[in-house]
Amino acid sequence: MSVSLRVLDDGAWVSVNDAREVSVSELWRLDDPSFCGCELPDFVVENVLDVGADGRTVSAKVYGQCIACGHAGVPGWVPVGRLREGEFVDIDRERVVLPVRRGDDDE
Amino acid sequence: MPTDVERWKSEVYGNEIREHLLEFAEQGWDTIPEDERDAWFERFKWWGLYHQRNGQESYFMMRIGTPNGVLTPGQTEVVAEVADEYARGPAENPIFGNGYVDWTTRQSIQLHWIKLEDIPEIFEKLESVGLSTQQACGDSWRNIVGCPVAGKDKHEHVDALPVAMELNETFKGNDDHSNLPRKWKVSITGCREGCGQGDINDLALEPATKEIDGEETKGFNIRIGGGLSRNEPRLARDIDVFVTPEQAAEVSGAISALFRENGDRDNRYNARIKFLMDEWGAEKFRNVLQEEFVDFELETAGEDLRSEYSYNSGYANGGHADHVGIHEQADGNYYVGLNVLVGRMGVDETKELARVADEYGSGEVRVTQRQNVIITDVPEEKLDALQDEELLDHYSPDPHPFMRGSIACTGTEFCSLSIVETKNRQVRYARWLKENVELPAGVEDFHIHLSGCTASCAQPQIADISLRGMKTRKDGEPVEALDIGLGGGLGENPNFAEWVTQRVPVDEVPGAIKNLLANFEARREGDETFREFVARTDEEDLAELVEPEETSYEDPMMHNTKRTWYPYAEDDSMDASPAPTHADGTPITSDD
Repeated sequence: MSVSLRVLDDGAWVSVNDAREVSVSELWRLDDPSFCGCELPDFVVENVLDVGADGRTVSAKVYGQCIACGHAGVPGWVPVGRLREGEFVDIDRERVVLPVRRGDDDE
Repeated sequence: MPTDVERWKSEVYGNEIREHLLEFAEQGWDTIPEDERDAWFERFKWWGLYHQRNGQESYFMMRIGTPNGVLTPGQTEVVAEVADEYARGPAENPIFGNGYVDWTTRQSIQLHWIKLEDIPEIFEKLESVGLSTQQACGDSWRNIVGCPVAGKDKHEHVDALPVAMELNETFKGNDDHSNLPRKWKVSITGCREGCGQGDINDLALEPATKEIDGEETKGFNIRIGGGLSRNEPRLARDIDVFVTPEQAAEVSGAISALFRENGDRDNRYNARIKFLMDEWGAEKFRNVLQEEFVDFELETAGEDLRSEYSYNSGYANGGHADHVGIHEQADGNYYVGLNVLVGRMGVDETKELARVADEYGSGEVRVTQRQNVIITDVPEEKLDALQDEELLDHYSPDPHPFMRGSIACTGTEFCSLSIVETKNRQVRYARWLKENVELPAGVEDFHIHLSGCTASCAQPQIADISLRGMKTRKDGEPVEALDIGLGGGLGENPNFAEWVTQRVPVDEVPGAIKNLLANFEARREGDETFREFVARTDEEDLAELVEPEETSYEDPMMHNTKRTWYPYAEDDSMDASPAPTHADGTPITSDD
């Protein structure tokens, strides 16, 4: 089953199957101490840069900053939801710790 | 690889979108196939329609382009009528009610809660008086900005209004320039005071004089690549080109074509011409323009007037910092600039504006880049009676500096990108500051711009105090917050604000401004302006002068307003949203 993943409106949204699912301005808790030195960066999302799927996991690359220390930048790929029978299932991104996968193209 | 947006644009874009738009309007919003909505909403922008954010599906923001901010006699009344009839939403704004007009920082007009099904009627009404939404958004020539009193002003070097109108006529609906890599913002001004704000536009034509064949010739110097968005602000760069008013359209078209052919269509974050300018530099840009896009030899730049620029400059050089107030025109009549706090005016007041402009002036209204409106062509003998009009009690030509200096973008009320609530908050801030804070003696212009995100629609980087939406935690809870920047301004030597204090909870910002101004007054040397004070003070010292604190100011919108369907609704939860709705506003259910 093909799934349509897009970044919309100048990076305001992740669109999954033509529905706007993930918005900028959310606060995410990242498991990525290498991003800024904070053990679990408290990360505000300012812009969505890219979206992709790895198996059933939908991940996004986003620009933002840690509101604890102020470091700004792009962490690796951050999971934002799951695909279940082609449907997007949200995860409570503001309350769970999100693992960050760093790829070859990350800094 | 081309982006989705480029692929959609390659299939249908430009003028041809209109027939599809009208067809969908005829059949209803819910007939747009779900798997085509992203594509159509992207395309509709070209015709000035921007789908509102989550929780407000099926409602659109409509932008009407008014070139150079000019509303000719009769147009303001129609804008008010359209807003009255079609721009009323399912919930009321506690400050502005339901049904209002937003005057924007690009001298345009924005209406909200527009239903797709009403578009044919709206277009008919707007077009009956020469108004249009064409290219108000999307990847093409946006509304052309300039000095809002062009052709009337006593400070004019050259009347740029006919050139602005020629550019508008030439490049609106022009298939050769309708599909650019990204938005294309153009400013043209012949005014000596810099009120075209060319420095923050993709293409700027600024007043200049050049000796050509032994004759002093008035025209424009050209700058390229300004813009404020995405943490990547740039000032437009001088490409060492002078054009006469007669050459302006041809050379502007050549530059637009250069952008069309060379802009980055693979990455929308790198697509604006400011990034091409970063890559090429001004010299290469000029060379490519000359060699590949212009058939005659370009003149080198003429002598400019930038040393006289005062608009939005933060300097007290005797010129105007805005267009508020009563000013004599070159023809002996007067223009009366009215302050519109955060640019929003109710429909009844907008109707009144149209009536008053007609009764006391020529009926013309002009929009400024500081979200204000101007009534032009008022004979001196009518000024007293005009000032007695009730409209001017609320939209004053002589407002308090905190009212006069406030600008705010749309914010989370409607906008997808914004991180915080803005317009209502800026009204609350301005009112509190007016009641509780004394400005240092002699400070009459003090600009505070609030933008909900880094897109910078409120032009925060060129204000005395720049406020930009952010998040923080307070007592462990996430709250809306603002970054605070200081000392930005245009003028002869423009510079962007320094972001000295980050992530201040929104309820502590008024206290921060109060303390900052007290510290400024205590340390001020002579009559220096705030911008001058900031320029001579170290960034670290400035940060210490901000001192955020709670005060009597209370903010009712500390929570995540983006998580609401409408921040001011009684039940603001997403589940309570009526959207999407039919044309009559009743919810579209799965049974439909």
